[in-house]
Amino acid sequence: MLRLPRFQYVRPSSLREAVSALADCGPQAMPVAGGTDVYPKMKRRQFLPRYLVSLQGVPELKGIRGDERAGLVIGAGCTLTEVASHPVVRRFYPGLAKAIESISTPVLRNMGTIGGNLCLDTRCNYYDQTLPWRAALGWCMKAPDPGGWPMAPEAAPAENQVPCRVAPGSPRCWAVASSDGAPALMALGAQARLVGPRGERVVPVGELYRDDGMFFLEKSQAELVAEVLLPPADGTRSTYWKLRRRGAFDFPVLGVAVALSLDTDGRVAWARLAVTGVASRPLLMDEAARLLVGQKPSPELVEAVAQAVYLPVRPLDNTDFAHYYRKRMAGVYVRRALQELLGPAAAA
Amino acid sequence: MAADLTGRSNTVAEATTKAPVRLLVNGQPYELLVPVHRTLLETLREDLQLTGTKHGCEVGECGMCTVLLDGEPVLSCLTLTVEVEGRTVTTVEGLERGGELHPLQKAFAQMGATQCGYCTPAMLLTAKSLLDRSPSPSEDEIREALSGVLCRCTGYIKIIAAVEMAARQMGAPDSVA
Amino acid sequence: MASARRSLNVVGKPLPRVDAWGKATGRTRYADDLSLPRMLYGRLLLSTQPHALIKRIDVSRALELEGVVAVITGRDVPVRYGIMPVGQDETALAVDKVRYAGEPVAAVAALDEDTAEEALSLIEVEYEPLRPIMSIEEALRLPEPRIHDYVPAGNIHRLASLEFGDVAQGFAEADYVREDLFFFQGNTHLPMEQHSALAYWDPAEGKLTLWSSTQTPHYVQRALAKALELPENRVRVIATPVGGGFGGKSDPFHHEICAAKLSMLTGRPVKITLTREEVFYAHRGRHPELMWVRTGVKRDGRITAMEFQAFLDGGAYSSYGPATTYYAGTFQTITYRIPHYRFQAVRVFTNKPPCGPKRGHGTPQPRYALEVHLDKLAHDLGLDPVELRLRNLTGPNEVTVNWLHITSNGLRQCIERIVEASGWREKRGRLPYGRGIGFAVSAYMCGAGLPIYYNDMPHSEVQVKVDRSGNVTAYSMAIDIGQGSDTVIATVVAEVLGLYPEDIRLVTADTDLTPIDLGSYSSRVTMMVGNAAYEAAMKARQLIFRAAARELGVPVRRLEARDRTVFDRRDPSRALPFAEAARLAEARFGLISTIGSYRPPQRLGTYKGSGVGPSPAYSYSACAVEVQCDPETGEVKVEKVWLAHDIGRPINPILVEGQIEGSVYMALGEVLMEEQAFRKGQHRAPSMLDYKSPTIKEMPPVVSILVETDEPRGPFGAKEVGQGPLLCVIPAVANAVYDALGVRIDETPITPEKVLKALDEKAKGGPGRVGPERKPDFAFREPTRVERPPGWPHYRPHEEG
Ligand SMILES: Cc1cc2nc3c(=O)[nH]c(=O)nc-3n(C[C@H](O)[C@H](O)[C@H](O)COP(=O)(O)OP(=O)(O)OC[C@H]3O[C@@H](n4cnc5c(N)ncnc54)[C@H](O)[C@@H]3O)c2cc1C
Ligand code: SF4
Ligand code: FES
Ligand code: FES
Repeated sequence: MLRLPRFQYVRPSSLREAVSALADCGPQAMPVAGGTDVYPKMKRRQFLPRYLVSLQGVPELKGIRGDERAGLVIGAGCTLTEVASHPVVRRFYPGLAKAIESISTPVLRNMGTIGGNLCLDTRCNYYDQTLPWRAALGWCMKAPDPGGWPMAPEAAPAENQVPCRVAPGSPRCWAVASSDGAPALMALGAQARLVGPRGERVVPVGELYRDDGMFFLEKSQAELVAEVLLPPADGTRSTYWKLRRRGAFDFPVLGVAVALSLDTDGRVAWARLAVTGVASRPLLMDEAARLLVGQKPSPELVEAVAQAVYLPVRPLDNTDFAHYYRKRMAGVYVRRALQELLGPAAAA
Repeated sequence: MAADLTGRSNTVAEATTKAPVRLLVNGQPYELLVPVHRTLLETLREDLQLTGTKHGCEVGECGMCTVLLDGEPVLSCLTLTVEVEGRTVTTVEGLERGGELHPLQKAFAQMGATQCGYCTPAMLLTAKSLLDRSPSPSEDEIREALSGVLCRCTGYIKIIAAVEMAARQMGAPDSVA
Repeated sequence: MASARRSLNVVGKPLPRVDAWGKATGRTRYADDLSLPRMLYGRLLLSTQPHALIKRIDVSRALELEGVVAVITGRDVPVRYGIMPVGQDETALAVDKVRYAGEPVAAVAALDEDTAEEALSLIEVEYEPLRPIMSIEEALRLPEPRIHDYVPAGNIHRLASLEFGDVAQGFAEADYVREDLFFFQGNTHLPMEQHSALAYWDPAEGKLTLWSSTQTPHYVQRALAKALELPENRVRVIATPVGGGFGGKSDPFHHEICAAKLSMLTGRPVKITLTREEVFYAHRGRHPELMWVRTGVKRDGRITAMEFQAFLDGGAYSSYGPATTYYAGTFQTITYRIPHYRFQAVRVFTNKPPCGPKRGHGTPQPRYALEVHLDKLAHDLGLDPVELRLRNLTGPNEVTVNWLHITSNGLRQCIERIVEASGWREKRGRLPYGRGIGFAVSAYMCGAGLPIYYNDMPHSEVQVKVDRSGNVTAYSMAIDIGQGSDTVIATVVAEVLGLYPEDIRLVTADTDLTPIDLGSYSSRVTMMVGNAAYEAAMKARQLIFRAAARELGVPVRRLEARDRTVFDRRDPSRALPFAEAARLAEARFGLISTIGSYRPPQRLGTYKGSGVGPSPAYSYSACAVEVQCDPETGEVKVEKVWLAHDIGRPINPILVEGQIEGSVYMALGEVLMEEQAFRKGQHRAPSMLDYKSPTIKEMPPVVSILVETDEPRGPFGAKEVGQGPLLCVIPAVANAVYDALGVRIDETPITPEKVLKALDEKAKGGPGRVGPERKPDFAFREPTRVERPPGWPHYRPHEEG
């Protein structure tokens, strides 16, 4: 049996305690919520935190408040099942419900949280492997020794000796953003409330991420995602299209989230489009979205947007499905997502 | 925990490697002192000798280790025993009531839903939580609910049929589910 | 022989499996569920190199770790073993050389698994890397470095080259000839239960006991004795209920021998359970196989000649490979009359985990090639693919061109039932673009006619004991791997004695307590154990009837047993409860303990290589698959599968349907998504998440149709169902994709990428095909010419006595 390595366990009972516990224990500490990303990685020795700070006893992270008119406030500690089955989410933010329901399996969604989903580690099939496998590979830049993670940017050795295995000459890691929740939330214009030792801040979800497979989060180690804030739904249409091999278990190797609303005369009032699974961060496709604004749905419009997504994305060969296939599907999935939201006028 | 009054040393001092846990497994209370890195899967199988709970990967990728935590399916391989403090665990050994098999168990046996039987405990528990929530599920609901448990033997067909049969029997007026 | 004409009481009834209750309550104890007092946990250190010399292993730091009790390396267990006498090329831990990444090089026993794992990281191994050989093409091209030096040349493990009839003449008679190339990707069994073994050495008795999740306790006993240099009768192997085998637990394995050795060294029980990753390395799965087939036909589609060449990627060790090499060409002839047939195969060594027998052992690959090839031939000729097959079918009571004796043969009925049930004639070529229907047939053996090691003893023996309580116990070494062998034995014995399967106690799969059965492989159990059980039960019945006849004052021949009663058929009021009859029998004859032994019929062929293929009987299947393909994404969704199987007669229809559905499932995984793929010398992704086993969401509805032919050699007319139905599904899907989109994917798995590539190519005016482009340059040796059975296809063998 694969087993967890030893660690020390801290169980704070408030958000403030959790943040200070993380600050106290330093870079060797890691928060854990549902553990569905943390524990497998610890068992594979990708993460070897000395301290685990459990968020399960933190009441401030629980619960969903608000409604479609005021917007929703989702506690970061809500399970994916709670989020996806919430009636307001299902009815007014269907793109989010669809994205969350596509995560792995129902039993995993009973455990995994939305906060953990946003902070999900990037993935790569040279990295998401057991210790013996990675030893045989000779490690890679993201986890350059059996000591594993976590590694704060400041703790990373300046001269990284171990190459990236996907792009051996590359100075950076290209592990892939793989959260289904993140693009759906970005398309919906959601924000995250972060609480850290130096106070709190609210940022658009998209600004949580950096385009770097190793240091993919724009937040300090002791900062926690406390809440996810969804803007009022008014008239928003949203959806999520996910590419994966099987109807359960599998991570997105391409995820396309679209949210938009239409004017009274049927023109697109605003639109946001986010893509995941093709880079180290989920991408907001602003230019593609701009093409939609002020336009009436038509097959040509949809095709133009699909092209505007297809052309710039550059997946690498480190997930399931060939990278060229994922790129090609980016166009197809954008088109299908738009056709779903815009109805018959958009269909070819 | 007294937060940042005394600073770093305090939290570090409070970090534990072992903790006492009380849990209720199949109606039976237990008090254990467990290392914090022990998973519920290990506690059930190795400490409590409840070997009905299986494992196939230990990293959340197969569903074999599914148990019910307060009635909801979770993966015991990704659950710390210390986090089950005060909660109720149901394993396959806890499905029988007063010597009587659960209708799902009977249906699995009668319909041939078990071949090698290795996925059966997880399938049964997942199906139980489905039927508790939704007494007459559609085939799609059954497929969705059971989609977190792999089976290599049956092609799932007889498993779906068994869940449907159990649902019918539990829904029947004269049943004592 | 055992086919009974009278109405049957429990055979053929949809009764629950006898092991269902234990399995539905979590009480069934699999190997890893066992623990013994003072038990140690063992773990294996895996090679990080695909191909290297071991220069140095230093275990001293591991031994110093607190909690570590013993560490062993290859030098401690250097004796070679292997499943086949000609393939004794494995050692429990690598000695001096590693041949694949993931091969065990050391083993640790410690007080707990945490410690054992930590100890692994303290073992230092120094390797001198050699060039890894990672493909068939490389193995054929590069004689050096050699992976093994016991084979005559380079990295060629085995060769087969046979010709039946005169292929040149056959092709000369043809009006049309077509040739095709196919590649079948390797894949693995992925049982849900990871392999596990618990060993206990009793120093006082000088005896080793091993509980293991194995399909072949007898062969494991032999291998343990050999590897550990113990007399065979000092080794007891108990196979625990197997949580999924599919052929993957049919070899003796490293962890079994290491657990045993560690127990001998420490005097304590040692358990080793493989991690999921290690299960991928234990492998013995489907050989990647490149195949070339050329067929000559008359204008009306009748085959005049066929040539079949196969290139098998065997991985790093022999395993069952010598047999697999022949299975690449043996069964083409049991579905079709091929007047002149040449078959050549080569199995190469590569630096990958060893390939072996997976469900269908070596025959799904050639069946896929053959059935897609025939589909293409039919299209070339403007014939309905079903029609082409009907014109070439073998029939019952026939001997094939390569001397296989077909007894019952329900293939024609299977085809007719499938055509009707699936709406084939209305659908083929008429469904809208993107939707398609495909068809294929297959056949499989009911047990290999020859044992793995040469001997002339029975393959299966069953002992039945009836005691004065009326209790009946059947003893058999057969192991239930989920296929239902326990239920088959209990049902057969119960039928004969007029009892119910639940009345039969079973003692199985224990080399100390039970008489021989060679194991749960090659679909042999129902046929062989079933017949042995039948014979043993009949002998017990005879004694009981004689005693009852005297008591009731009626002749033995008028007695019947049913519903736990022995009675006079003419006057059923003259009856005795079974238990009473059993007591009378024991009083008169002493202990009622009877035996049955089964030996397959003599093979007909005498040529070298004729040992692979003969079987008491062959099962037949036909299948239609309807798919929906998305031309924009290349995705293939299987909408429905119809599968008709000639089962002879079902011992239990629930078991039969379960095997059909499970076979369809496994076939769909193989044809659409599963791959045991390698990259840079390493398994690409040895995990449950990355090895794509279909979930409940992918599984389509399956219509199972049972065709009954009452096989004269089967127990109550039964034949196998565990493997045969898998074979036809794979080509049927490929043919359906062609019907849907007009493209040919001549390589498994049929992934969306390949479908799109073929569509793109077709759009550019190309043939719309993805598959291997060229056959390796390899000079097979001249085939051994084998005379066809005289008067073929009308040759009739002498009936056995
Ligand atoms: C087999 C399998 C399949 C999966 N499939 C998918 C999939 O299809 N799509 C998908 O999106 N995910 C998938 N996941 C990943 C994961 O389960 C989910 O993303 C889940 O939502 C993670 O939440 P968690 O609470 O379990 O996270 P944890 O494992 O607890 O934490 C994940 C990360 O987030 C950090 N973290 C957790 N909470 C906070 C917080 N409040 N503030 C700051 N940091 C925090 C942790 O330190 C850790 O780095 C899969 C996992 C497995 C094992
Ligand atoms: S992208 Fe490169 S550095 Fe990053 S995880 Fe993959 S192989 Fe390692
Ligand atoms: S053991 Fe596989 S999911 Fe827990
Ligand atoms: S019955 Fe064997 S895995 Fe499901």
